[in-house]
Amino acid sequence: MAATTMAQALNRALRDAMTADERVLVFGEDVGQLGGVFRITDGLTRDFGEQRCFDTPLAESGIVGFALGMAMGGYKPVVEMQFDAFAYPAFEQITSHVAKMRNRTRGHLSVPMVIRVPYAGGIGGVEHHCDSSEAYYVHTPGLKVVSPATVNDAYTLLREAIDDPDPVIFMEPKKLYWSKEDIELRHVDEPLGHAAIRRHGKDATLIAYGPSVPVALQAAAAAAEEGIELEVIDLRSLVPFDDDTVMRSVRRTGRCVVVQEASGFAGFGAEIVARIQERCFHSLAAPVIRVSGFDIPYPPPMLEHSHLPSVDRVLDAVDRLQFTDEPDHRYLTGAHS
Amino acid sequence: MSDHIATDLLPSATPVRYLAEDGTTVDGPAGYTLPSVEELRDAHRRMVVGRRFDAQSTALTKQGRLAVYPSSRGQEACQIAAAMVLREDDWLFPTYRDSMAMVSRGMDPVEVLTLLRGDAHCGYDPNAARVAPQCTPLSTQTLHATGLAYALRRNGTDSAVLALIGDGATSEGDFHEALNFAAVFEAPVVFLVQNNKYAISVPLDKQSAAPSLAYKGVGYGVRSEQVDGNDPVAMLAVLHKAFEHARAGAPFLIEAHTYRIEAHTNADDATRYRDSAEVDRWLDADPLARLEKHLRGIGALTDEDVAEAQAEGERLAADLRSRMNADPHLDPMALFDHVYARPTTQLVEQRDLLATELKAQEG
Repeated sequence: MAATTMAQALNRALRDAMTADERVLVFGEDVGQLGGVFRITDGLTRDFGEQRCFDTPLAESGIVGFALGMAMGGYKPVVEMQFDAFAYPAFEQITSHVAKMRNRTRGHLSVPMVIRVPYAGGIGGVEHHCDSSEAYYVHTPGLKVVSPATVNDAYTLLREAIDDPDPVIFMEPKKLYWSKEDIELRHVDEPLGHAAIRRHGKDATLIAYGPSVPVALQAAAAAAEEGIELEVIDLRSLVPFDDDTVMRSVRRTGRCVVVQEASGFAGFGAEIVARIQERCFHSLAAPVIRVSGFDIPYPPPMLEHSHLPSVDRVLDAVDRLQFTDEPDHRYLTGAHS
Repeated sequence: MSDHIATDLLPSATPVRYLAEDGTTVDGPAGYTLPSVEELRDAHRRMVVGRRFDAQSTALTKQGRLAVYPSSRGQEACQIAAAMVLREDDWLFPTYRDSMAMVSRGMDPVEVLTLLRGDAHCGYDPNAARVAPQCTPLSTQTLHATGLAYALRRNGTDSAVLALIGDGATSEGDFHEALNFAAVFEAPVVFLVQNNKYAISVPLDKQSAAPSLAYKGVGYGVRSEQVDGNDPVAMLAVLHKAFEHARAGAPFLIEAHTYRIEAHTNADDATRYRDSAEVDRWLDADPLARLEKHLRGIGALTDEDVAEAQAEGERLAADLRSRMNADPHLDPMALFDHVYARPTTQLVEQRDLLATELKAQEG
């Protein structure tokens, strides 16, 4: 079986959803003939026709507001924002209307739709092409926010997002578009909101999502060589947030590092840390530490490697958890310092 | 070729008008079907009732029964024509100032006023009424109207959509994106701009340098017209034509020249930015008086007809008063309803917290 990329998995998810439900429509800028700048919608117009997958005028607020109207008319739009920072003109539509329509109308109107946002960095993109904008969306009640980190999750989370009765902001980590897995894509029929434990460990918990999951896994592999067993949780869904999986893990390990690519100040990681200290305080052997991008506008591509959380930066944070009950631990020997 | 297209799309040089301010007929442009006398009698009755509803709502604000009420007094011709041209299966996208149009469409006035009373954001079922929630942000709903209009056409119906906005809203980006999308997707939608001359305190000449707000349609390929918004005959004629176009897949933009007689809302002091002489001039152009004079002039309206319409208005006002005098029953626990189809675990926890607080308050 040929390896599948995350981009191909997303394409398959759209195809399968469009086949399963003719109300599912894909539209946005360049998603038609071109197949999207990242080719996520490749061939959809050819195979499903221009009625099902079509280009729109270049106007993000227009795309989202128009999609809301179509959702009122019985369709299930899946729209593309092309790049994270290009979605900001649609922010009012997303926060004031898409997020609130169910609540405003006391359940009479719902607007099930998916807003796909290719996000985050690591691809050498120039200015305005690499924002980690998830915190803006998770702060808005009424929106669900998910981000896949694996090829199979890209498929199954997008299927779940399209099936979901509420609007979903689907954050696609651009740098993982070309990651590959040799697997058969399968549709898991479960609601959004479940985190996945990607690696089991007993010494500390690493919490990550989207583009930071591979970083956390590499850090865990490196730590394992030094005898530290890190548990890695891939949140998959930021909203709804899986308190249960996170808290159970942290209570068991007593130590935790939260990894996110976005700037740290008032970011989503801060919410995770606050929830953990409220619920697991007596289980904690060390303060919960955040590893994040710096609090700077996204840097030029030739400098982004200094900004993005690296495996070393994660391991340094793990060191700061002070495994004092393990006398031979490398923290005491100065490794990674 | 391009000259031809521009000519097709351009509004007339002056606002379409068929009734002078004294109620006598004037020669308006050809190409419009004028409303029948029966329609005009209906419009008159609706305008009388609508004005009474508006006055009662303003009074309810002064009594503290409404959090706020943006009056549409003076804009009755626009409001009533908007309600009259809509079929039952058409959709209306109103703003906060369009309560009169909603009531005239047949909606329960108390449900219409729920937003402004402050107990719920939308007091009615939009699907049942075919009326979207009243929109407070400016022009955002024009995109929803366009998307829904396109969906209706794709669903194989000939239903159409009317989006109401004011003059200030034509400066918003969403208005322009909506015109563009509507034209590109051939959505059956009519945009009616009620140019009442002020966006809160900012006068039109600080809002737009366009010769007419209707000119804003031309650049997008949207047919446009400007109309005397205080002339009920012209309003009905132009709206009917606009809906014919819309149902054929050609969106339409109308600028109705009218005037907001009252302040923006009860919280606004209009004397700070306009003088009473200006208001007086517009009182002379009153749409209701104009239609009444016209209908009496052609022998189509009697004192009894007027009294009957006024009595209907009084009944509505009395009913509204008594129902609004009762405090609405509010359940704080409903705050957590309808945030999501299924509440998150975090919302369930917060709901439990509020329930505990409420119980403690009771005890």
